[in-house]
Amino acid sequence: MAVAPDFHGQALMAEEPHVESRKSGTGVHIALSGIWTVQKSAPMEAAARGIAKAANGAQNVTLDLSQIDKLDTAGAWLIDRARVGFETAGAAATLEGSKPDYDILLQEAHYRTFEDARARSTHPLIDLLVDIGQSVVDAGKDIFAGIAFLGEVVGVLLLAMVSPRRFRFTSVVYHIESFAFRALPIILLINFLVGCIVAQQGIFQFARFGASAFVVDLIGILVLRELAVLLTSIMMAGRSGSAITAELGSMKMREEIDALRVMGLDPIEVLVLPRILALIISLPILTFLADLAAIFGGMLVAWVYGDMSPEIFAARLQNAIGMNTFMVGLIKAPFMALMIGMIAVIEGFAVQGSAESLGRQVTGSVVKSIFMVIFVDGLFAMFFAAIRY
Amino acid sequence: MAIRDSADKVPMPKVVPVRPETGNGAIPAENDVAIKVRGVTVGFGEKVVLRDLDLDVRRGEVLGFVGGSGTGKSVLTRAILGLVKKWSGTIEVFGENLDKLSREEHRALERRWGVLFQHGALFSGLTVLQNIQVPMREYLHLSQALMDELAMLKIEMVGLNPDAAHKFPSELSGGMIKRAALARALALDPEILFLDEPTSGLDPIGAAEFDELIGTLQKTLGLTVFMVTHDLDSLYSICDRIAALADGKVAAEGPIKELLQSQHPWLQSYFHGIRAERMNR
Repeated sequence: MAVAPDFHGQALMAEEPHVESRKSGTGVHIALSGIWTVQKSAPMEAAARGIAKAANGAQNVTLDLSQIDKLDTAGAWLIDRARVGFETAGAAATLEGSKPDYDILLQEAHYRTFEDARARSTHPLIDLLVDIGQSVVDAGKDIFAGIAFLGEVVGVLLLAMVSPRRFRFTSVVYHIESFAFRALPIILLINFLVGCIVAQQGIFQFARFGASAFVVDLIGILVLRELAVLLTSIMMAGRSGSAITAELGSMKMREEIDALRVMGLDPIEVLVLPRILALIISLPILTFLADLAAIFGGMLVAWVYGDMSPEIFAARLQNAIGMNTFMVGLIKAPFMALMIGMIAVIEGFAVQGSAESLGRQVTGSVVKSIFMVIFVDGLFAMFFAAIRY
Repeated sequence: MAIRDSADKVPMPKVVPVRPETGNGAIPAENDVAIKVRGVTVGFGEKVVLRDLDLDVRRGEVLGFVGGSGTGKSVLTRAILGLVKKWSGTIEVFGENLDKLSREEHRALERRWGVLFQHGALFSGLTVLQNIQVPMREYLHLSQALMDELAMLKIEMVGLNPDAAHKFPSELSGGMIKRAALARALALDPEILFLDEPTSGLDPIGAAEFDELIGTLQKTLGLTVFMVTHDLDSLYSICDRIAALADGKVAAEGPIKELLQSQHPWLQSYFHGIRAERMNR
């Protein structure tokens, strides 16, 4: 029990809430003393429990407050609770020696019961089933909302195509700068590093059966078809998707989106379309540059670690890959961008009033878009395998 | 309100109980000072906001602190609370110099004041009930049952419906947020209550009710209230004394009648402007 430093210079022992009882005629006289404030928390609560014990089942109880040094609402609540406790047990209880100050507090903080407004919780197993059902329904609603929103965006896009005045070119360029240009260093770096790592592992593993030259095929196909676009999309989901959600979410919180609406501006046209278009333009560009960075990293490692000169690497690369290998990766990029953008925007618009909700939606945005990126990549892999591209 | 009165033998008078020593508009004794500010200078960068400021807040009074926008009313409050560093001067609370207190003593002192921030500053991730229990949980060793009861008591004291206890701040209206924040400020039964523009953003009816609530609580709990405000209505209805801030100093202080006589140009325009004249009529 942490005792608050004493400001009044009184002895600490005398301050502790204390209960003393003695028999008096037909009943019990209980004298309360010390400081009965919330600062005395635990000792006070213990002392309050002691009141009932001190009465020892007597039918006539007198609570003497005259020796209490200090009282607040918490103390008054506990004393009145004890008094009401006696009365419900059928004993007569009276308060005496109360000061005018204490009377006010005892009135203000008189004991009462509060109705519990919470819904009664049921069996945990039922709660679990309810939770699961709820999330399935929510997931279904998410998909429906996503498709509806996509329709809305496409509608606005078509309108913007018909009347180019509605198309916000400046905004698109601004967002391309923040999504693509500013993300370039980190995306080049991670793809370069992954290219290096794949090349090193390829050379090391292939060397066991003397096929280390095939590391060029490994890097070329793996990077161009899958790795570059996946890594870039995941990076974009984390970097730009979260930014979009946070930006739109805080605009929603401060009613800026409603302000746009009442001015007759369509938030989808003003805020959503430029961002999604910027993503769709940025992601293929970044994927292409990521391809280059990863292959460069692979070439460097093949040269330094695998003793393969860049000339030979380039010659083998030409044989290993075709235009289709490159296109498979690149075709996926705009779809990934659309997916990331849609999820980010929907999550952003779903933000409620609180800061906590903003945090939750941003997390949701990143997690959902990374999941969808990988899921869509899987669908594409099946599709390309089916058409033997 | 859905409260079963288990103490029906005690008559509950509807009139506000009044503490004999502070009520009835009597100004508390001059020498019983709760907060003593002497020669405080506060500034940011090059700009001096408060210059050599003196102010007394007497125990058991409601002090209204007025001043134009940007003159540093909130800065003084924040300096007393220790949220802003002062350049020089001393601040004493209950006779303790804040600069001389150890960390532990300062924390103990902090438990004796409650603060109502302008926008409530309720923690958005917690329900109203949990918000009120934050200081209790942090400082006290109470059983959960008693904490629930005391928090509900505070909720009822500030005039909120018990339903509000399990709502999140984002689900509350402006007036309810202020009331919930007041309940949190009262969680530890403080002796001093700091209010930063308590009625701003409330409609006149809500503002009047909130004024009345503060007046009632101040009298029943014997609080010392330091209230930063713009609201002329609050000054007239619940403030015992008023201190006016102008040019980084307290330009005038005293009961509203005295301030109305003041010749200070800012006070003249404040109390005798169009809106004020309408009230004086």
